[in-house]
Formats: sequence, C-alpha cells, structure tokens
Amino acid sequence: MKTVAYYKTKKIIINLLIHLFLISVAITCIFPLLWMLSSSLKTQETIFKDMSLIPKEFHFENYYLAWKEGGFGRYFLNSIFYTTSVVAGIVIIASLAAYAFSRFRFPGRNLLFFMFMAAMMIPIPGSFVALYVLLNKLHLRNTALGYILCMINVGLSTSIFLLKTFFDKLPRDLEDAARIDGCSKFGIWWHIALPLAKPVLAVVVIFNALNVWNEYILALIIFDSKPLMPLQVALTTFQGEFITRYPLLMAGLAITALPIIIIYFLMEKHIVKGVTQGAMVG
Amino acid sequence: MKLKSTLENYLFVLPAVIIFTIFYIIPFVWVFQLGMYEWDGILPTKTFVGLGNFKEIFFEDKIWWQSMLNAGWITFIALTFQNALAFLLAWACDREIKLKHFYKLIFFIPPVLSEVVVGLVWQWILDGNYGLLNHWLAQLGLAQLARNWLSDPQTALTTVAIVHSWKGFGWGFLIFLAGLQTIPRELYEAAHVDGANAWDCFRKITLPLMIPVAVLVGILTVLGTMQAFVLIIAMTGGGPAYHTQVPVLRILASMRYSSHFGYACAQGISFGLILIAISFIQYRFSKKARQM
Repeated sequence: MKTVAYYKTKKIIINLLIHLFLISVAITCIFPLLWMLSSSLKTQETIFKDMSLIPKEFHFENYYLAWKEGGFGRYFLNSIFYTTSVVAGIVIIASLAAYAFSRFRFPGRNLLFFMFMAAMMIPIPGSFVALYVLLNKLHLRNTALGYILCMINVGLSTSIFLLKTFFDKLPRDLEDAARIDGCSKFGIWWHIALPLAKPVLAVVVIFNALNVWNEYILALIIFDSKPLMPLQVALTTFQGEFITRYPLLMAGLAITALPIIIIYFLMEKHIVKGVTQGAMVG
Repeated sequence: MKLKSTLENYLFVLPAVIIFTIFYIIPFVWVFQLGMYEWDGILPTKTFVGLGNFKEIFFEDKIWWQSMLNAGWITFIALTFQNALAFLLAWACDREIKLKHFYKLIFFIPPVLSEVVVGLVWQWILDGNYGLLNHWLAQLGLAQLARNWLSDPQTALTTVAIVHSWKGFGWGFLIFLAGLQTIPRELYEAAHVDGANAWDCFRKITLPLMIPVAVLVGILTVLGTMQAFVLIIAMTGGGPAYHTQVPVLRILASMRYSSHFGYACAQGISFGLILIAISFIQYRFSKKARQM
C-alpha cells in the first residue's frame, strides 16, 4: 500500500533532480562569463598559471589599460555612437513609413509594403559582397555614415512590420480629433501616433540596439581604419595582433559584454519580448 | 489639394524607400549580375563568364562542399543536442517550481551576447595549452583526454558546434516553454484521474501537442545555424585546414583573400537558393506533420 508519505518523498526527490538539472545548466551558462571576469583581473604572467576562479590579486588596472592602451575606450564610444544613430534613424524612418502604410491610401502602397516584407523572407548570404562594392562606388566605405546607413537598412523591414501591425490596431479617434483641429499629417504622426506607439517602439529600440551592438560582418568589411571600428571588430583585430595580451583581451570582452548583461538584467521582460518578437518576424 | 495630399503621403515613405533601394535592391540585383563575371573588385574590367562560376562551384570547388557538410554537421548537432536540451529544460520549468524566473533569466544570457564575445571566451577556455578545460581534465586525472580542442581536426568542428548550441539553446527553451504553457492543465488532470502516469502524459499529451512548436524551432534552428559564421571566425577562423569552414566563410574568403568578387556572389546565390529549398521542404514537411 502506497502511503501519502511515499508520494511526498517521491515528489521531493523528483523536484530535487529537476533542480539539479536546471542548476547545472544555469552554472554552465554563467561560468564562462565569470571566468572571463576572473581572467581579466590577472596579469600576463599569472593568467597562464593561476587557474583559480578568484585571482590571488585583483589587477583592476587591466581595465584602465584596455580602455586607454588597447583602445577599447575609443571602440566603446564608437559602438555607442553607431548604436544610437542607427536606432534613432530606424525609429524615425520606419515609423514614418509604417504610419503611412497603415493610415494613408496612395498608388503603389501595397507593392511597396510587399517589397519590404519580401526582403525579410529572402536570405541573401552574399549581400555583403555587393554592399562592399556599392559603398566603394559611393565613397562611403570606411566611413561612419556608410555603416550607419547600411545598418538602418538592415533593421528597416522588421521595424516597419512591427510598427504597422501596431498602428493597424490603434483606434483613430485621437488622430481624427487632431485633424479636425487643423493638425498637419506630420504633426499628427509626431504629436499623437509616436507617443501612443511607445510600447512597440520599445520593442523596436531594443531589438535594433542589440542587433547593432552585436553586429560584426558589415563592420568588418566596411572599416579599415581602427579609430572607426566598433567593439566587435576591434576585439577580433586585437586578438589577431601581436602576442595576444589575454588579460587585456578579457577586459575588452567584459567591456563589450557587461553593458548588455546589465541592461538585460534591468529590463529582462522588455528585452526578451523585443528580441523574440523581432526575430520571429524575420 | 488632392495632389498635395498624395505627395505628402509619399514623403512619409520616401526615406525608407530610398535607403531600401540603395542598400537592398541595388546590391540584390548586383549579386546576380556580378555572379556571372570574373572580377577582382578593383579593376574596371570584368570578364563575362556566364554560368561559369556556378559550374566551378558545383563541380570543382571541393572546399565549398566540404564547408556545406561542415555547416550540415553543426546544424545536425543544433537540431538534436541543442533542441533536445532546450526541450528538456522547458519541460522541467513547466510546473510549479521555485526559481523558475531565475532559470529563465539565466538561460537567455548566452543569446543576448555577441558571437564574438562567446567565441573568444570559449576559445580561451578551450585553449590547448592554458585552457581551463584541459586543466580540469588533468586535475581529474583524465589528462589523456586533454587536447587542442580547436586545432585538432578530429574535435574542432564538433567543439564549435557545441559552443554554438550553448549560445543558442535559450531560444528554443523560450519557444518550447511558451508552447508548453499553452497546453491546458485540465488535460493532464483528466489523464491522471484515468490512471495515466507521468510518462503516459508526456508521451500521449505533451509530445503530440508540441509537434508544431518543434517544427517551428527546427526551421529557425536550420536557417540560423546554416548561416552562422561569426562564432567560427572568433573561435577558429575556419581552421585547422578547412575543418571548420562554413559557406558564408567561403564567400567572405573568396572576396577578401582571393579577390574573386564574382565568384563570391555566385556562391552567395547558390547558398541562398539552397537555403530557400531547405525551408520550402521543411514547410511542406511541417504541413504534413500538422495533418497527422
């Protein structure tokens, strides 16, 4: 006869096993990052011998060295600049277009919208080759502007889709009232539609910001001069140069990854929503 | 008045259309044009070779097909190991359990990191001489297992595939968990009343209802993994001796190191077509699965 106690113990054991499984995977997720931080605090001599997770001495000056000597300060600011410019550009350009696709009727509307949507579906793995040629012709290669425009284009289709879907569901009462009061189309877009679209704009901002911050291949082919490089490309360049200074490389990795992790912890819900919605659409 | 209004409408879409035309449509057309030329990317002279590039890709370029096989192997591991792990974790989290939110938070850290960061951190851990993994193996008395994980031709590709899975399983986990949570609890309760045990419930309720979700995860995994390459740049650069080359790396190499711009475009087209064919087959397959 199986007693209540039997079922209780069974349940506890199963729960324990489940937690064990989940925790071991969670540790595997975090440990490499802890190891990165640990390595970033060792010196070029101790890093190859001191295999403890908590270093014997904490060399925080590595971060200063990486920031100054390694140039990561410069690259960090570049990444910030590219990310904010691209996201700002996308928010304005995509919301203008999405608003028009949702509210106005004009010849060619459906065709244009279809074009943007088709671009999301068709994979062209070699497009960076043609982009390289194009930017050369326009004298935009190795310029910040060239990179920013390319990245705006990368995020455009998905963002237009997300925004249009949102506007389609938004009641038009407020906009109608504003029109009767004599507000212009641009005025309505700026003063009414955009503020109402805040929830979906958050998704658009997060999805694109992460995309730009983590982008690699276009930055790799567009930038030759180091002072223009964003973090991701600078990291592989730094690693490929002279004898790798591992502590500085690890500090550089931490400088690249920590802002993302901190922002992720602070706004986890929004980020998961932003990233999954964006990716699902594409 | 009417005309002014229509022009105003176009002004709204104009910036998007201009950027899209210059940076998407023109390169798109060029890829197809350039694919039929032999061109070094610098000189103004291009030699028209028709479908010659494609002929070379399909019949002579052994490394290209090797890279396709490599990508296939990474995808296979992602489909099996990574997605099985993702599903098990989601299933483990789909219950009244403490720390559920914590687990969800942690499992999605690797997906928000960049491939460069993930690749370089793991390369450091897997380093043959100073890596932590080999150090641990030695500590455990398993020194004979230690090796140059990323420069040993036997292990390099699978090691890369496992790191790729580490970075990617959080996606599958989230989607599977969302899918599991849509299954009504009453189904399980009813089954329990009818005397079904946990295994029966899992086999007869959970699995069949999760097939559409699994197909979705499968499609996303295949399309994402076949095109993955930045992680590989950061970890091995395609080496040792082409053992971790993947198609997009080949395209990049044709362009950067041998200045075969036309050939690179032809490779891009071939690969794009293969991807479209794969997703089409998967789509048909998923329709069938849904009818079952």
